[in-house]
Amino acid sequence: MQWLNDFWSTYSTLVFTVGVHSLLALSIWLTLSCGLLSLANAAFMGMGAYVSALLTLHLGWPFPAVLLAGAVAPAAVALIIGTPVLRLAGVYLAMATLAFGEVVRITLLNLEITGGPEGLNGIPLVTEGWHIALLLALTLYGLGRLRRSKVGRAFEAIKEDEVAARLMGIAVDRYKLLAFVLGACIAGVAGALNAHFTYFISPREYGFENAVDILTLTVLGGTSSLVGPLLGATVLTLLPEVLRFLHDFRSLVNGAVLVLVVLFLPKGIWEPRRIRAWLNRRKGGQA
Amino acid sequence: MSAPLLSIRNLGKHFGGLHVLQDVSFDVPAGSIYGLIGPNGAGKTTVFNLITGLLQPSSGGIEFQGESLLGVAPHRITQRGIARTFQNIRIFKEMDLLENVMVGLHDQLRYSALQLFFNTPAHRAAEKKARERAFELLTWVGLERKADLMADNLSYGEQRKLEFARALATEPKLLLLDEPVAGMNPAEKSILMEEIRNIRNRGYGVFMIEHDMRFVMGLCERIAVLNFGRIIAEGTPDEVRNNPEVIEAYLGKEDSE
Repeated sequence: MQWLNDFWSTYSTLVFTVGVHSLLALSIWLTLSCGLLSLANAAFMGMGAYVSALLTLHLGWPFPAVLLAGAVAPAAVALIIGTPVLRLAGVYLAMATLAFGEVVRITLLNLEITGGPEGLNGIPLVTEGWHIALLLALTLYGLGRLRRSKVGRAFEAIKEDEVAARLMGIAVDRYKLLAFVLGACIAGVAGALNAHFTYFISPREYGFENAVDILTLTVLGGTSSLVGPLLGATVLTLLPEVLRFLHDFRSLVNGAVLVLVVLFLPKGIWEPRRIRAWLNRRKGGQA
Repeated sequence: MSAPLLSIRNLGKHFGGLHVLQDVSFDVPAGSIYGLIGPNGAGKTTVFNLITGLLQPSSGGIEFQGESLLGVAPHRITQRGIARTFQNIRIFKEMDLLENVMVGLHDQLRYSALQLFFNTPAHRAAEKKARERAFELLTWVGLERKADLMADNLSYGEQRKLEFARALATEPKLLLLDEPVAGMNPAEKSILMEEIRNIRNRGYGVFMIEHDMRFVMGLCERIAVLNFGRIIAEGTPDEVRNNPEVIEAYLGKEDSE
């Protein structure tokens, strides 16, 4: 048992990070599953982090209430900006959501209450492993249910052909808004959980780079099922640690791995159709 | 005569200075097969886009079952009972056949978010019923054996059939078919002709755009002819066939002789 204790004291933060990154990957998976390329999730994560941290620090709210607020605040903002922003499609939506992300970051940077560039310090470390595990499981369950319902089918239809989806009687705009708001909600929870185990948050963590990082988690893992985002989050969180022995070459190899995956597995690591085809080929070869 | 299912009155559409449709009027009666024909670029698909709400007319009106469709969102028009297929097939290629048809059942599935999340018996029953209905529709177009294949594995003719089943899933009172036999061989065409008659016999109204004259003349009870955005003839196949303006539009003027 000793080794387990040692492992946990050294790596618990890393395991927590895998969990939080999985939530983030799922948040953008949801918007992508509705065909929306939104890069606002880092900003929504930041909102969840700041709102929850401020409530803990200044008002001493209990953790469950704080988490709820961290989910609701970005969802409310998403609801407000969603209607105008979601009229855009493709790269234009990406640009608009990116701009929104910058607005959020700069606001966090300049407000008094958010501590400006110094951020917030001394956030109590109340996040525990089972909090993350439970919320991740709940999210996975909810998204799994959604996928196999009329909502999931509507998302997929919208992603594939918006006009045809409309003419199947689907209220396309409402479903897009739903995906956007739910995505913001999940990202907000991830932010709130993250803030309460890192002790410190600053606007730097919720900028453009982070938005792209979140997108990378899911795109690398694969968007065709819920396994992809989890796999992407795990691989991309652990890879830099595994490559630590390379010292100065670490980022170089990290980047090379990403390029190789994108080149040779354009649909992500986890693509059931490709894996099934591969298995069939192997079976055929043996017979 | 009973009130028409669909009534088009003085419909006009222009894109900037380009007049695509001018003063188009005709009625599609209930329980019949109606055809709209005309040379390429006459504006036929635009008529469908106006009826389904994808475009708004510049002038004139469209009434369905006595109610105006102007300003009604496309998904609401579908919910009122108009479904369509597309000239360039638009099925959902990365879904299996059953899911494709189930998308068409979207509006008939009513369950709350909570029922969905907790997978209550009511939710399960609704989904099961939808799956059965979708399978029934697939059986009806002869694709039941491929129900769990991805739609992009289908041949061209099969994709059209799938689009059919999906459109019928929305429980339409009027089915709009945009060039249903494009790219089909004669055998497939005659099977489809039978199927469209079946659809009509089940009480649906059918309104089709088609290039294939033999197909239209053999199937439709009434036909409107569109040329350069205007209706130049309307009537039974025989009336239309012998109309000098129609002959001129299709074959050119005879004055050279």
